[in-house]
Amino acid sequence: MNKPSDLKGLVLDPVTNDQRYIGNSEPRHSARRLLEGQGTYIDDIQLPRMGHVVFWRSPVAHMKIGKIHTEQASKMPGVLAIVDGVQMAKICKPWVATLGHLAGMKSAPQHALAIDRACWQGEPVVAVVAETRAQAEDALQLVDVEWEELPAVISMESALDPKTPLIHPELGDNLCFTRSLDVGNVDEAFATADVVAEATFGFGRHTGVTLEPRCQIADYNPGERRLTVYHSQQAPHMMQDLYCRQFGLSESDVHVICKDVGGSFGIKVHAYPDDFATVGLAMMLERPVKFVADRLESFTSDIHAREHRIKGRIAANKAGDILAFEIHDLTGIGPYSMFPRTSAIEGNQVVNLVGGPYKHQHYRAHLDVVFQNKTPTCQYRGVGHPIACAVTEGLVDLAAQKLQMDPLEFRKRNVIPDDAYPCSGISGIKLEVLSHEQCLRTIEKMMNYPALRKEQAELRKKGIYRGIGFATLIELTNPSPAFYGVGGARIASQDGASVRLDPSGVVSVLVGVGEQGQGTEGIYAQIAADAVGVSINQVRIVTGDTDVTPYGGGTWASRGAGVGGEAVLLACQALQENILKLAGAILNRPVAELSVHRSHVLDKATGEQLLPFSEIGRIGYFRTDTLPAGFSADLMVTRHYTQKDYPFIFTNGVQASYVEVDPDTGFVKLLKHWAVEDCGRVLNPMLVDEQVRGAIVQGIGGVLFEECLYDESGLLRNGSMADYLVPMANEMPDIEVAHVETPTQSSKLGAKGAGEAGTAGAPGAVQNAINDALLPFNTAVFDQPITCEKILRVLKKI
Amino acid sequence: MSLKKKVSMTVNGVAVNAEIEPRRHLVDFLREDLHLKGPHLGCEQGACGACTVKVDGQIIRGCLYLAVQADGCVVETIEGLTKSGALAHLQESFMRHNAMQCGFCSSGMLLAAAELIEKQPKASREEVREWISGNYCRCTGYHSIVDAIVDVLEARAKGQKIKPVVAHA
Ligand code: FES
Ligand code: FES
Repeated sequence: MNKPSDLKGLVLDPVTNDQRYIGNSEPRHSARRLLEGQGTYIDDIQLPRMGHVVFWRSPVAHMKIGKIHTEQASKMPGVLAIVDGVQMAKICKPWVATLGHLAGMKSAPQHALAIDRACWQGEPVVAVVAETRAQAEDALQLVDVEWEELPAVISMESALDPKTPLIHPELGDNLCFTRSLDVGNVDEAFATADVVAEATFGFGRHTGVTLEPRCQIADYNPGERRLTVYHSQQAPHMMQDLYCRQFGLSESDVHVICKDVGGSFGIKVHAYPDDFATVGLAMMLERPVKFVADRLESFTSDIHAREHRIKGRIAANKAGDILAFEIHDLTGIGPYSMFPRTSAIEGNQVVNLVGGPYKHQHYRAHLDVVFQNKTPTCQYRGVGHPIACAVTEGLVDLAAQKLQMDPLEFRKRNVIPDDAYPCSGISGIKLEVLSHEQCLRTIEKMMNYPALRKEQAELRKKGIYRGIGFATLIELTNPSPAFYGVGGARIASQDGASVRLDPSGVVSVLVGVGEQGQGTEGIYAQIAADAVGVSINQVRIVTGDTDVTPYGGGTWASRGAGVGGEAVLLACQALQENILKLAGAILNRPVAELSVHRSHVLDKATGEQLLPFSEIGRIGYFRTDTLPAGFSADLMVTRHYTQKDYPFIFTNGVQASYVEVDPDTGFVKLLKHWAVEDCGRVLNPMLVDEQVRGAIVQGIGGVLFEECLYDESGLLRNGSMADYLVPMANEMPDIEVAHVETPTQSSKLGAKGAGEAGTAGAPGAVQNAINDALLPFNTAVFDQPITCEKILRVLKKI
Repeated sequence: MSLKKKVSMTVNGVAVNAEIEPRRHLVDFLREDLHLKGPHLGCEQGACGACTVKVDGQIIRGCLYLAVQADGCVVETIEGLTKSGALAHLQESFMRHNAMQCGFCSSGMLLAAAELIEKQPKASREEVREWISGNYCRCTGYHSIVDAIVDVLEARAKGQKIKPVVAHA
């Protein structure tokens, strides 16, 4: 079921003239070293004279910083420096994270180390550098900061009350961003509707919990005046640019290297105060400094995401047509908008995406993004999508129930039909081509829906409460410059690839997008092998180094395959042309008579092998004297790609979840999960399946387990992996994945993104399945994470 | 702070003598002093399993185990077990199923899986899920890891070998 070739009618035309790898479940050969313990993550790198930094972080949600006493600490063994915010500000400028196209958005200047005030528990205040991490931690105990607790804004509900203290008085209020949208005639649609359903949806804050914590090594070489930063990061060029601007360096003086990255999920695409502080320390000390967050630091200082409360309602008519949606979204983002992507994007996405799969014509949305004294929130896998999807799909189920329609039938009736594209969604989003109808038909078959409903009904008679939940979704991928560029953020939406035929016939490919485990390098090798015409073990991929790769945006918004992959394809096809030109010059034959097949130039008409690539390389590099005068072999080419046809290329899909709820304990057992995903051309089904599954499990984490819990004074209550529940193998279901392939016409490759839709759909599907199981009790729960306790509460058992 | 103790142990077949602070954890000793990169630190709290290594044949959490406790012991890490071929079938199967993404959990996961195969050769899919529930993987969703382990169990039961994954030329 998982191979596109198994799905009838979906075999796409090949992208290249001899396609062998694109579309196949090719193993990622470069990953073998990871299975042998030979990866190189940041903490594996040790440099001579390397110091280790640890931070004294604010112990409370909001405090005034008094005198800082470091005398005792600085006498401790191994201590190299102790630096506070005032000292750090002398070399690192503050920043303000807003975007010009989010009208009215505001935030306050933020420093690498807090000055005067610290605004969340975990904000770095003092840096201690020592020869070993243990020595730095020993000394940290003796740093004495005088501080005074200030009133803290914790609840987002009261953040805008006039009585609530202002976190940044100069901003005038605690409002970061607000947006309203009103399309069609919403009031009339609700007034004339046959059914109206409404609910309030809660979303707990959660965080990424990458298994490798955030970490970096900054190394400043005073002789060269050159800064090298080894970073576990998704966007090396973005960090290079930020280091230049915050420290007043030239781009030629900054080198960012990303080796193996142990999970990222959006957590590692932001610029943290710790990043700048570590770089600042390396520059001050003129020696390498390593920062590796411990798990408690990760919980209090990695970005959080998704604290929202959304009131939503839906209107429908008796015939079963959805008429309108209306939502009011309140979200809390911590004390600062996060640099440089901003924390307003998540709520903005919710406004853009609610109701997205459906063809209704009336929509009203209001968004308030407020400041609070908690860890800053920002983009985490799926950004806004899981929220928009859970709200939309929760409301859709409520409407279907009121109409007594089957939820799958109701969706089939209301999704934008497959032949309606291109079109605009009601919020103004442009949709190129989606396949909702086909995906719904596929999932119905895959899960054997009628049989499952029958089983559910029979078990219900025996007092076993099972539920089936659906979530239809859209996800934005392959972003254009309309995402950040227009707002003034220096985040590249273009990406580039340089490809070189080496003398022996090996193809070296340098790409701006790097690898964090998705298999990006694997698909680039597949594309390169097919597009140049060599075997995959003749391809070498280089990523994650700003000194050598073309400039690019890196990994975010599911752009690695669709944008980076297209750049690789274009560069490799251009290289193949140059190989043919060179062969023509060597053979003294018109290029039109030649073709490429498996590392050989052939006579197109007869198929006779004329020249192996190794010979092309030999002559192209070592015997240019034999080539015609003025002929340049050009065996290295660079191509860039920006997706410009649409603001984003949307993907779509549908998920279904089958659960069993125990009404006595509130315990939810996940029995099975299905996903149908349309990410355009599937480059490697096995890798896409794993992306989908991994993302679904992260979504399941959000709907059932994960929450950053705070007490009333703004202290995080669960800052360890033992207290913050993450999905483990035992409670996860098997996940069946199928693909529908509707390639985007905006590129030759036709690939859309596949990294996030799983996380976008799973919370809605599981929430709806739980509520379907609770239907006989005439109750429902819309507050995520849906814990046993919350279920027992709606069942009035506690 | 430095009250060092002399220890000797065998690490991946090599005799090691060192002076270590008693508070030093085994995984820190292996990573920082012996420059082994295989065992990773995910939580330093015993919750994630990334630091799993073998001491005298038993898997342990290197972040909870003091290096001085391993005095006189045989310590094996993913590096040594790869070299001896003890994990070869599992590694091939993980390759075939793409049972890793970022690979940060992989050393621990493989060591846990190897112990399962020895102790519970007839484990069902559910039992495999249960067994590896002490090892956190944020990337894969576990499904492919379970598939990879089940494949090795089935092959073993039939007396078959897992064929190495080779690049398709
Ligand atoms: S690092 Fe030892 S269990 Fe997580
Ligand atoms: S592969 Fe990334 S944590 Fe398992």
